Amino acid sequence: MSDNSLRLVWIYPDLLSTYGDQGNALVVERRARQRGLDVQRLDVRSDQPIPTSGDIYLIGGGEDRPQRLAAERLLRDGGLSRAASNGAILFSVCAGYQILGHEFINDQGTQQQGLGLLDVVSTRGEAERCVGDVLADIDPQLNLPPLTGFENHQGVTHLGPTARPFAKVRFGNGNGVGDGFEGAWQDTVFGTYMHGPVMARNPHIADLLLKLALDVNALPPADDRWYEALRQERIAAATETA
Amino acid sequence: MAGNTDPLSPRAKLAVTAGRAAAAVSRAAGRGSGSVIGGRVALKLDPDLLARLARHLDVVLVSATNGKTTTTRLIAEALRAGGPVVSNALGANMPAGITSALAGGSDAKFGVIEVDEKYLAGVARDVTPKAIALLNLSRDQLDRAAETRMLAEHWREGLSGSKALIIANADDPLIVWAASSSANVVWVAAGQEWKDDAWSCPSCGGVMQRPDDNWFCGECGFRRPTPSWALSGDYVLDPHGSAWPIKLQLPGRANKANATTSAAVAAAFGVPPQVALERMYSVQAVAGRYDVVSFMERELRLLLAKNPAGWLETFSLIDPPPTPVIMSVNARGADGTDTSWLWDVDYTRLAGHPLFVLGDRKLDLAVRLEVAGLDFEVCDSLDQAVQMAPPGRIEVIANYTAFQDLRRRVGN
Repeated sequence: MSDNSLRLVWIYPDLLSTYGDQGNALVVERRARQRGLDVQRLDVRSDQPIPTSGDIYLIGGGEDRPQRLAAERLLRDGGLSRAASNGAILFSVCAGYQILGHEFINDQGTQQQGLGLLDVVSTRGEAERCVGDVLADIDPQLNLPPLTGFENHQGVTHLGPTARPFAKVRFGNGNGVGDGFEGAWQDTVFGTYMHGPVMARNPHIADLLLKLALDVNALPPADDRWYEALRQERIAAATETA
Repeated sequence: MAGNTDPLSPRAKLAVTAGRAAAAVSRAAGRGSGSVIGGRVALKLDPDLLARLARHLDVVLVSATNGKTTTTRLIAEALRAGGPVVSNALGANMPAGITSALAGGSDAKFGVIEVDEKYLAGVARDVTPKAIALLNLSRDQLDRAAETRMLAEHWREGLSGSKALIIANADDPLIVWAASSSANVVWVAAGQEWKDDAWSCPSCGGVMQRPDDNWFCGECGFRRPTPSWALSGDYVLDPHGSAWPIKLQLPGRANKANATTSAAVAAAFGVPPQVALERMYSVQAVAGRYDVVSFMERELRLLLAKNPAGWLETFSLIDPPPTPVIMSVNARGADGTDTSWLWDVDYTRLAGHPLFVLGDRKLDLAVRLEVAGLDFEVCDSLDQAVQMAPPGRIEVIANYTAFQDLRRRVGN
């Protein structure tokens, strides 16, 4: 953190903000402010340079063509990769998650290079599109309660040896490989297929990012009443539909 | 063309009759108006029925993400100045519902037909319309609908060979992309508050520049066409430069935009703007939307908002604080089962209003409002929310099935 304010970067709202994932930025900002932090939120459009001095970078889901354009522009800009190598925290969803990997299949059906910040490779699933509520257990190393979210993707993501699965699904598809894994993470880079948005249903993930940014083990408590009520309802719903 | 001079074939007649019988059974069973089931039965017996029913009509199709039911109604009212109209006024906007509506209007001269976005190209092929009105495109039901730009592309391909006059919103880049492959386009500056689905150029993918009300792509030169009709404040400006006042009973900027487009459509059918607009003033509510009802000795105004663009337009028409606002959100099949879109709506616009939340997905909305820093009450029912609301007329905003639930509860 620089000069006592948390720099929160929301990447490419013009391309990757189609599925409500800007809610993640809203939740992180809200929970940071509730803990007395000053937050500087930077929305960076795809014709602007990515600042390298951010603390937390969030990337959302988008449609197939915007995903291709976003990957091209992020690679050309280079700022996000520099920020990651400086130890910044990156949290990505769906199309954004695929972009952080080595490669994915774009809207023209061809393999496209990603940023290679996560050791994953995404392909296009042959099965039906994965749509619906998901319930999963997050990697015990991260010490977080169960993950609830809504998935809506055709892509399938394979993990390489350096990436750890972010969660193991109880209900739903996740990465879609068939091994039950959902998302990926390594060091301070995270990827997930979960919308909802994921932070609204799992505020503890927002808190994890804040703890990593502040380099602390605990945060003052926040009022979790409505988040908890929503979590219980969605966990029950995922269990019922399965 | 007037009336139904060329009689239907025996097969088509049978199909219409069978459809009516199925609709009657459906109504008797309490399953709604029966128009969709009736149309489905009829189409199965005669797949070309839609084309045959439309042959005798001067047809205008209306499609959009938001405002298509209301605009269909406004156009229907306007065209009645020129002769009888048949229309799917209740919003059954897929081929079965359209077939059923047309089957009920054998004496009509005009067909005013709302079409679901996905079916527009197909219906336009079947019914060879005289005109097609395109209002706006934005994100909606993303768990099951086509991607928004793909939809614009689909329209563009489907309409490129059409002989219809396209009457299209010059202020929505996706609509302009969809319409500009057509030979005959009338551009209407109808405005659009929601801009977040058209920041990237539909043609080349470049970043769109949007100074004031203008827009253009800095990379390929795709730009806003010069409109011949425009909404300007409370006036419709026609191509001759005359300004006609809009005095609708329906509230809000979006409905003035719908009236402007409707006036342009009416002109294409020979109804002058003044006549068209005056006929539109009689519309008070459309399928329950905008209706003011009394319930538990209070006045409630019922507003439908199905997606982020719709909520944005709705926020701009509600009465100012401290008017209480009740919001109800469901996520059943017809709503889209993902509620993430709530986070693309700027609820901070409701600051100062006492807020009451209900519906199947009230907890999603509760978290959304909590994060927006707003005070709100979560309620179990409309009755409870109305009881808790401070005095004054109450604005009630709901998405699709939540709106239907509310209408049932208030007996509307």
